[in-house]
Amino acid sequence: MHKVYNEIIQISGDVITVEAKDVGYGELAEVQTQGGVSLAQVIRLDRDRVSLQVLAGSRGIATNDKVRFLKHPMQVSFSENLLGRIFTGSGQPRDNGPALEENLSNIGGPSVNPSKRIVPKNMVRTGIPMIDVFNSLVESQKLPIFSVAGEPYNPLLARIAMQAEVDLIVLGGMGLKYDDYLFFRDTFDKHGVLPKSIFFIHTASDPTVECLLVPDMCLAVAEKFALDGKKVLVLLTDMTNFADSLKEIAITMEQIPSNRGYPGDLYSQLAKRYEKAVDFDDAGSITVLAVTTMPGDDVTHPVPDNTGYITEGQLYLKNGHIEPFGSLSRLKQQVNGDTRDDHRAIMDRMIQLYADFKETIEKKSMGFQMSEWDDKLLKYGGRFEKELMDLSLNIPLEGALDKGWEILSSIFEPAETGIKDSLIKKYWKKK
Amino acid sequence: MADHLRKGKVIGVNGNMVSVEFETNVIQNEVAYIVQDKDRLKSEVIRIRGRRAELQVYEDTDGVRVGDDVEFSGELLSVELGPGLLGQVFDGLQNPLPRLAEAHGFFLKRGVYLNALEEEQKWEFTPTVNVGDKLRAGMRVGFVPEKIFEHNIMVPFNIAKEVEVLEVVEKGKYDLKQVIAKVKDANGKTHMLTMKVTWPVKVPIKAYIKKIKPEKPLVTKIRIIDTLVPVAIGGTFCTPGPFGAGKTVLQHLLSRHADVDIVVIAACGERAGEVVEVLKTFPELIDPKTKKTLMDRTIIICNTSSMPVAARESSVYTAVTIAEYYRQMGLNVFLLADSTSRWAQAMREMSGRLEEIPGEEAFPAYLESRIASFYERAGIVQLRDGKVGSVTIGGAVSPAGGNFEEPVTQSTLKVVGAFHGLSRDRANARRYPAIDPLQSWSKYESFIDAEALKSATAILKRSDEINQMMKVVGEDGTGIEDFIDYLKGEFFDAVYLQQNAFDKIDEATIAERQTYVFNLISDIIKSKFQIESKDEARKFFLELRQKFINWNTLEFQADDFKKIEQDILEQIKSKKAV
Repeated sequence: MHKVYNEIIQISGDVITVEAKDVGYGELAEVQTQGGVSLAQVIRLDRDRVSLQVLAGSRGIATNDKVRFLKHPMQVSFSENLLGRIFTGSGQPRDNGPALEENLSNIGGPSVNPSKRIVPKNMVRTGIPMIDVFNSLVESQKLPIFSVAGEPYNPLLARIAMQAEVDLIVLGGMGLKYDDYLFFRDTFDKHGVLPKSIFFIHTASDPTVECLLVPDMCLAVAEKFALDGKKVLVLLTDMTNFADSLKEIAITMEQIPSNRGYPGDLYSQLAKRYEKAVDFDDAGSITVLAVTTMPGDDVTHPVPDNTGYITEGQLYLKNGHIEPFGSLSRLKQQVNGDTRDDHRAIMDRMIQLYADFKETIEKKSMGFQMSEWDDKLLKYGGRFEKELMDLSLNIPLEGALDKGWEILSSIFEPAETGIKDSLIKKYWKKK
Repeated sequence: MADHLRKGKVIGVNGNMVSVEFETNVIQNEVAYIVQDKDRLKSEVIRIRGRRAELQVYEDTDGVRVGDDVEFSGELLSVELGPGLLGQVFDGLQNPLPRLAEAHGFFLKRGVYLNALEEEQKWEFTPTVNVGDKLRAGMRVGFVPEKIFEHNIMVPFNIAKEVEVLEVVEKGKYDLKQVIAKVKDANGKTHMLTMKVTWPVKVPIKAYIKKIKPEKPLVTKIRIIDTLVPVAIGGTFCTPGPFGAGKTVLQHLLSRHADVDIVVIAACGERAGEVVEVLKTFPELIDPKTKKTLMDRTIIICNTSSMPVAARESSVYTAVTIAEYYRQMGLNVFLLADSTSRWAQAMREMSGRLEEIPGEEAFPAYLESRIASFYERAGIVQLRDGKVGSVTIGGAVSPAGGNFEEPVTQSTLKVVGAFHGLSRDRANARRYPAIDPLQSWSKYESFIDAEALKSATAILKRSDEINQMMKVVGEDGTGIEDFIDYLKGEFFDAVYLQQNAFDKIDEATIAERQTYVFNLISDIIKSKFQIESKDEARKFFLELRQKFINWNTLEFQADDFKKIEQDILEQIKSKKAV
């Protein structure tokens, strides 16, 4: 029997407080308002005072509206019927399909026992040299794309998704512009990946609290499929909106903010989601790619900063290309030793030389005379940018490595590259 | 005991903090359990006000209700100490993770706690004392073999005065529950000793005669550390750095190569994947000193970022307590904590929930004293049996935004003996390990000759100055001598300070080789060269660098090593001014 309470004693932001008994922390409730029924989640208990965040927002809630506790936390349905479907952050259909209520399970489940994890070992080839050669993507990796507004991060996300060899794609949109939602839907449809995709979309005009549920919904579903043996790719955009929603609720709850208004547990909250990326022994895997927009292009902003400490590297998207500095795939060492023996040497030295090139550019712009060495670097930098950094390239890893040797050989003397002799002997292209 | 009957009821839940109304009395920092359906959720009392106590819960609090029962245990948060710790993987509360996985599969089930040590396992005990012997806390009554060590079974550390041995068992196999000796303390009270003891994690073990000043260098086999910013056995250091600067890789290298007996790794609030790497690689790596796998000398305490936050706070204490325990056997223990910032953040989260008045960046006011008392648990001590044991602590720090001015870094710098600051610029330029040689410091002494070191650090500074200057006046405005100094600094950095962690030979350099190579480099730095043009100078040093990099990948004093050495010497000779 579910008792109904109809005395709301406080409404502040999207959080309401009722007096009720025998309520569990994290439990779900239904709030019946003039406008319809909304779900709400318990976020604080203080004796008989129960605070709930209302998923649909508190606008229009009357103090005498009915609140009914459901005795279970937020749940999501799991079955093959999810494929090709589009839902809101709270799991309601956004397409015209039926609501799904079979095989429900709780979201935000416990974390994986570290001793059951395995070392990731499968490279995900993308055909983009800046990823494959310099920052190889690995199955079960969690990798954010740091970017500023206006960069083509959503197209990049979509493109990686199109080319990645996975069984299933779960797309989580948080504060997504409606246009972008349509872009994802249409692009996936056009390339025939929609039938193996599941969308949980919160658009910018939807209530804030729903945004908070998107990553948990996506990852709970992904986890079920991964345990079923599927290789799942989870795409999240944009995690900064998620963090901003956390901030909004925390401030409403009068929590002491730690840094620029964000709650002190921002790191733990983000980590709880990102750490769902996993490669199950004898089962499938979850790989997470998440866009994190940096307000003011500032990587020290709390959201990208905390994210960077959690994820296994990061890709910087800047001026339409993936930045060679700062971008880093921490798991690349797991796979790039088995690709080709020159992979690591090329990766390291080409970036070091590109850094030297950048210094030379600086000197040049200040009007200094260029030495013979500077001239070489200038030539090198130009070719590197054009032939390897461009995001529209689509060449296999081996082709990209060969291209690297070709560039080095045509400009430098072997000793100038600092690559060890055995590799020089094998790959150096004689003029 | 009446203590077991002490109960309370939940009256509030806020994240992982639960408020409880209690009936009789409670003890600050005692362990309590929230009884929730079938689950018993472990928690710790962290504040008491009137009849209301606040608990931090070491588990997810979903589903906890107002009115749920709470049982107080009367014990402070403790760990089990005894044979069987080596090679183990525990969470922050010392639950053995592999055995949890066996029992419960992929996920960490809430409210499940296992004994850290397997009580039924039998160990071959050899007594070393006789009836009537007088002993003090921390002195051994016998030992069992554990992996490659003699694991001492000691008089419990909390017995203040001398005890007399009343009984001791004969050599043979015993499990952890069996009494192996009886001792009588000064008050006439008899203590039954088993091979297992428990100890509260937040209390340092002090069963030793005195602390000694750490002076002897701890050889890490990382050249930049051993040469420029060394660590002493029993000393402390911290490694702050922005994300992506290589903190964890550096810690892993240290845990693999450092010349110590036992390594305790505290993976505190960091990525699970990194721990997995250690878990999977260490059993396969052979320690050159002992010829056994590295896992045999390693203990991992792992409370990764997605595991409950409160247990993260306790994980560093669990780790340091285990380290102190092995120190009591006269061993050199190396504790690596990654990352102490996550531990500090766990304190911040709890402080926020307690609504304490926040300090800088919302960290609690007691942050500094907590950090200081943690690092103070390091040290080299003279034990009562004449042996010397040590705990060396290295903590990674993850400063927000990579800015070292933040509270955790600053509080840590005040109490450590060496500072290995990682720089984003060096990491971006792929200069690994990315320890900034100009910014970092150490109060300990290196095994490299101090005079030679002076000229080497001088050339680094000079080289950096000239580089800055060249950005303004250009290469043309720089004299050839300055330019050569600049190249010398860059050369020293490239062939010595940088080290290739992915080359089997280059990743670890023994002290003898470091001294050998450093002497040659020192000679180059001090030499004058007859070089006319800058292009010629650049070419000379590039070639030299190339030879050194090849040299670094060859086995010390092997034939090809000597061959390249000759080649290097000849090249130096060809340009050296007489």
